[in-house]
Amino acid sequence: MSILVDKNTKIIVQGITGTEGAFHTEQMLNYGTGIVAGITPGKEGQLFLEKIPIYNTVSKAVQAHKVDTSVIFVPPAFAADAILEAADAGIKLIVCITEGIPVADMLKVYDYLQKKHCRLIGPNCPGIISPGKCKLGIMPAFIHKPGSIGVISRSGTLTYEAVHQLTENGLGQSTCIGIGGDPVIGTTFRDALELFATDEETEAVVMIGEIGGSAEERAAEFIKAKMQKPVVGFIAGQTAPPGRRMGHAGAIIAGGKGTAVEKIQALEQAGVTVCKSPAEIGVTVKRILQDKK
Amino acid sequence: MKLHEYQAKELVEKFAVPTVNGKTGFSITELEAIIRGFNQWPLVLKAQIHAGGRGKGGGIKIVQNFDDALDKARAMLGMTLITPQTGPEGRVVKRILVTPVADIIKEFYAGIVLDRERNQSVLMASTEGGMEIETVAQQTPEKIIREYIDNSLGLRDFQARRVAFALGFTGPVLRTAVKFFHCLYTAYIQNDCSLLEINPLVLTRSDELLALDVKMNIDDNALYRHPDIQKMRDTDEENPLEVEASKYNLNYIKLNGTVGCMVNGAGLAMATMDIIKYTGAEPANFLDVGGGASEETVENGLRIILADQNVKAVLINIFGGIVRCDRVARGVINAAQKIGVTVPVVVRLAGTNADIAAQLLENSGLNIISANDLADAARKVVDALNKTGRAA
Repeated sequence: MSILVDKNTKIIVQGITGTEGAFHTEQMLNYGTGIVAGITPGKEGQLFLEKIPIYNTVSKAVQAHKVDTSVIFVPPAFAADAILEAADAGIKLIVCITEGIPVADMLKVYDYLQKKHCRLIGPNCPGIISPGKCKLGIMPAFIHKPGSIGVISRSGTLTYEAVHQLTENGLGQSTCIGIGGDPVIGTTFRDALELFATDEETEAVVMIGEIGGSAEERAAEFIKAKMQKPVVGFIAGQTAPPGRRMGHAGAIIAGGKGTAVEKIQALEQAGVTVCKSPAEIGVTVKRILQDKK
Repeated sequence: MKLHEYQAKELVEKFAVPTVNGKTGFSITELEAIIRGFNQWPLVLKAQIHAGGRGKGGGIKIVQNFDDALDKARAMLGMTLITPQTGPEGRVVKRILVTPVADIIKEFYAGIVLDRERNQSVLMASTEGGMEIETVAQQTPEKIIREYIDNSLGLRDFQARRVAFALGFTGPVLRTAVKFFHCLYTAYIQNDCSLLEINPLVLTRSDELLALDVKMNIDDNALYRHPDIQKMRDTDEENPLEVEASKYNLNYIKLNGTVGCMVNGAGLAMATMDIIKYTGAEPANFLDVGGGASEETVENGLRIILADQNVKAVLINIFGGIVRCDRVARGVINAAQKIGVTVPVVVRLAGTNADIAAQLLENSGLNIISANDLADAARKVVDALNKTGRAA
């Protein structure tokens, strides 16, 4: 098992012929990901890499193929519309890689998705991977290894760092989700933790948060009340100054709220083992699993 | 993006939010003409900087006559204004807004901001005008009125009414207040604000509601659709190195430590700063060079890091991923040669061909130290820093 995506996931790529979309679609196909169609308005009838059919609209692709999942590589000015189009066409899992979507656009999207009962991962995220089964996004495949650790993170390369450490310590991953660095995102830490909590294959979860907002605190509440599996955490931005946006639109300490100290405290009180150093994520998980046995 | 008070006032006025506004001068000659043009007393001189608490630092002055106005304008223009929000270094005043004085009966607070927990905007109001809303929230949270705004419906009449009643307005002022909140919300939405704050919102003797001060922050992601607002950027309010970095699309924030760092990705960049501190030194900056880490971005990044005189050692941490590490290594070597780096540079490259990359770095003949992993990199850069410290 794994969560959200596996070998049977049937996927369309929105923005398949753009530079990013084309590059990563090829990488995903090489991994064995079940991509069945692509969307680029105006290019219907063409084939991507001589095998993947391209459609003008998502609804047409949905009619022609049995798909339930979409990954979006559309530029920020058009990405909100791409998410809405996917939801409107009945797609149930939408992964949006695009960085830089205006918050006002995402607020409208967020409300619409609630109505359509579909799940969004991202935006501004590396995507989701169930190692050995399905890679849906831009993460480097080779650092991953099939196994039983779930990974949830607001970051891109820091997630790769954590996964790399897990793999180096002989710990494979069930599923790794990048939930995205924006203030308004579809799937939160809490949502992902709920999924890992009931996934039989997942033995422990690594949760990588950062300054800004209170998603880590909400996750801590869930962990304290319901989570039976060990959780190892790290919070990036312990040295970040207040009031400055640290790259990610969502990584800002505003009005004295959203500091690393508050988040670490909330997680520790919920029983999470929080690593002080980002270099200790892999070894900490290993130690905790050994202690359990 | 942050805006000056006078710019924010211009932007809200377009949406019929009434303000106490005047004219802004950049030089004494301009200010003299503006003050003469008013020909009424008293007037208010307001220093335009991107930080609040100006009154406490002497950045807001009431003037009674022409000579008084000119004297105070001369003293204010070019002064380093230190407020609770500027930090000890303060900000140099380069623009002054001159406004008439409002005939105030009472001061209020009104603001709209994104509530991240609920994924919707919230209109907040309070009778505690002039105080920082964070302070009100801490000391007397019951005095803050909140109306959460549906993303599709926008601010509704009943909500604006509810806030107006809660602030104690009645009769004609109630209608004025309802209209004020609607206009404020429209200005917030149309300008893609991440924050729009009226503090204080004042009620005058003639029953008007006016925005005496306006604070507006714009969602950076939405700037592409506001070319007029982009032109309002005041780079004098930013750190010169940060301005330089933004020209190359590099995300750089200057800090006070001695270890310069260059990383791909914002989360890993923060984590790298954290591990530098954890290992016993202080980071000199945040720098995210983005996913690619090409030779050009590495070169520009290194140049900006080293322009900071405090930097005594550099840590480059690139998680190559799909990018090949040997290419990044060649980029680092070429950039270091071009710039003529004198401080030790520790490089950690992870991903494809990391071993070849390490060889290239070690054999470069430059002051470059290759590291295997994150902890190793942090240790090596702190060691290098301590060595240079002893040599100096």
